[in-house]
Amino acid sequence: MTTILTRPLGATVRPGKVTLLRVLRSEWIKLRTVRSTSITLLTAVAAMVGLGMLVTHLRAGDLNAREVAHFNGAEVSLSMYRPAQLAVGVLGVLMFTGEYSTGMIHATLTAVPRRLPMLVAKAAVFTGVVLVLMTAASFAAYFGGQAVLSSTHAHLSTHLSDPGVTRVVFGTALYLTVVGLFGVALGAIIRSSAGAIATLVGILLVLPGLGALLPADWAQHIDPYLPSNAGQAVLSVVPDPAMAPWTGLSLFAGYAAALLGLAAWLLKRRDA
Amino acid sequence: MIEAHCLTKRYGSKTAVEDLSFTVRPGIVTGFLGPNGAGKSTTMRLILGLDAPTAGHVTVNGRPYAMHEAPLREVGAMLEARAIHTGRTAYHHLLALAATTGIPRQRVNEVIDLVGLREVASKRAGGFSLGMGQRLGIASALLGDPATVILDEPVNGLDPEGIRWIRNLLKSLAGEGRTVFVSSHLMSEMALTAEHLVVIGRGRLIADTSVEEFTRSAARTVVRVRCPDIDRLKGLLAGPDVTLTACAPYTLEVVGLTTDQIGYTAADHGLTLLELSPQRISLEEAFMELTRDAVEYRSTAAGEPVAARSAS
Repeated sequence: MTTILTRPLGATVRPGKVTLLRVLRSEWIKLRTVRSTSITLLTAVAAMVGLGMLVTHLRAGDLNAREVAHFNGAEVSLSMYRPAQLAVGVLGVLMFTGEYSTGMIHATLTAVPRRLPMLVAKAAVFTGVVLVLMTAASFAAYFGGQAVLSSTHAHLSTHLSDPGVTRVVFGTALYLTVVGLFGVALGAIIRSSAGAIATLVGILLVLPGLGALLPADWAQHIDPYLPSNAGQAVLSVVPDPAMAPWTGLSLFAGYAAALLGLAAWLLKRRDA
Repeated sequence: MIEAHCLTKRYGSKTAVEDLSFTVRPGIVTGFLGPNGAGKSTTMRLILGLDAPTAGHVTVNGRPYAMHEAPLREVGAMLEARAIHTGRTAYHHLLALAATTGIPRQRVNEVIDLVGLREVASKRAGGFSLGMGQRLGIASALLGDPATVILDEPVNGLDPEGIRWIRNLLKSLAGEGRTVFVSSHLMSEMALTAEHLVVIGRGRLIADTSVEEFTRSAARTVVRVRCPDIDRLKGLLAGPDVTLTACAPYTLEVVGLTTDQIGYTAADHGLTLLELSPQRISLEEAFMELTRDAVEYRSTAAGEPVAARSAS
């Protein structure tokens, strides 16, 4: 012990400034070195592709003529974004709550005391990883679903060049990424995994259900603008007349941006 | 160098730190002492900018901590709560922290060896014992080769070997000219490591003194005297700098006089002494006495019925 002690410290250390690029690298290391990342992302991909193909197969099984008219092979093959969004949302939440629950946040904020670069880096790293992976998963789910359809019900399968299909495939990846950013913001604001996940589920799944209870003349002015309803406008091959696809996704992203803004303000203002 | 000016921190109606001013100088180990709940950890959080003070301000090496461009180079800190993600390995934990200021991988390996965690560096920190967690916390603190080292209760959970290691480490860090600020609730531990003491109780400054000075004033001798005619002896010994406490029948505890002085006084007046024995107060007792006084002072200041007290 004593021999190690007498060695002068810091022979190799010349730390420079804290830069956004360095904080990005730090957050990238953090994201890839905890198990929850691979668990949630694998869950999301497995749901999208595996469940997607299964559901496509089952739903195409016995359709009557009327149902065939409403069946959309692209939408059905991507419909398992629903369970996948929970996995992605949980990963987003854990970006912050994993640090608050373990006390790691103290070390992080001691290294990056200006705080905001850390939020920016977390959101950026998350967006990069999830967008790339979910784009791949969306394409895999789409092609997997079409492969299932063409082997059994060739008339139901779609092609990427069909109107709206490419938009829906990319839109699914973008929608899932924005859901994850909701999670990141809620995790930073609420700081507890349980609370943030419950709130995320409330916003994504419960709010539209409550909207449906409104009187019809109110509902038409409110329902399309609820976060997940707006975001899911991009997922319809035939655009919803009440909300254009990209307008809806932009509105959804706007809500996420507002929440991230609130998270930034609170992060700067609150005691850690 | 850490300079705190009139720091006050309130959480709701609870005051954790009140009007605290002190300076921690480089080149020596400064002990930060106080009973549990005295506000030591809060003060350290204020220094690191984790919490914002309600009033007052604190600078590290001349600037608020957050204003430094390379904060890990200025201050290395280990707070009492283990600041480690339980699901990450020790190596990756340090690597992620190092990345924020461009500290090379080589330095990460260097601090791992320094704290003796080589064998468990690739194990997840959640399975670490308290002592291993402390070592990892110290590795994080030393990562940036900081000019100022702040450690909250570093000996907690360490075995005797580890405690000795910490003592030597702190001294060698100070010997290299660094500012070393270490909290503890154990006076005896600080007496062995620190040169200077900042003592707080209930969030207020009680003493800002060298350990030597503190030891000298604390280690005043109490003399125990037993005498059949105790009331007469009491009258003879009374004086401006003398404290007399009756502790048993015919027995006094005298502070401020030596055994010689008491013996001669008694002999001059023909009094028989049945016992005359010096008793040393330990540093720990002196510390407890000091902090107890502060507590009493504070409750009076907070609006106790002072008049009723002085009447009794």
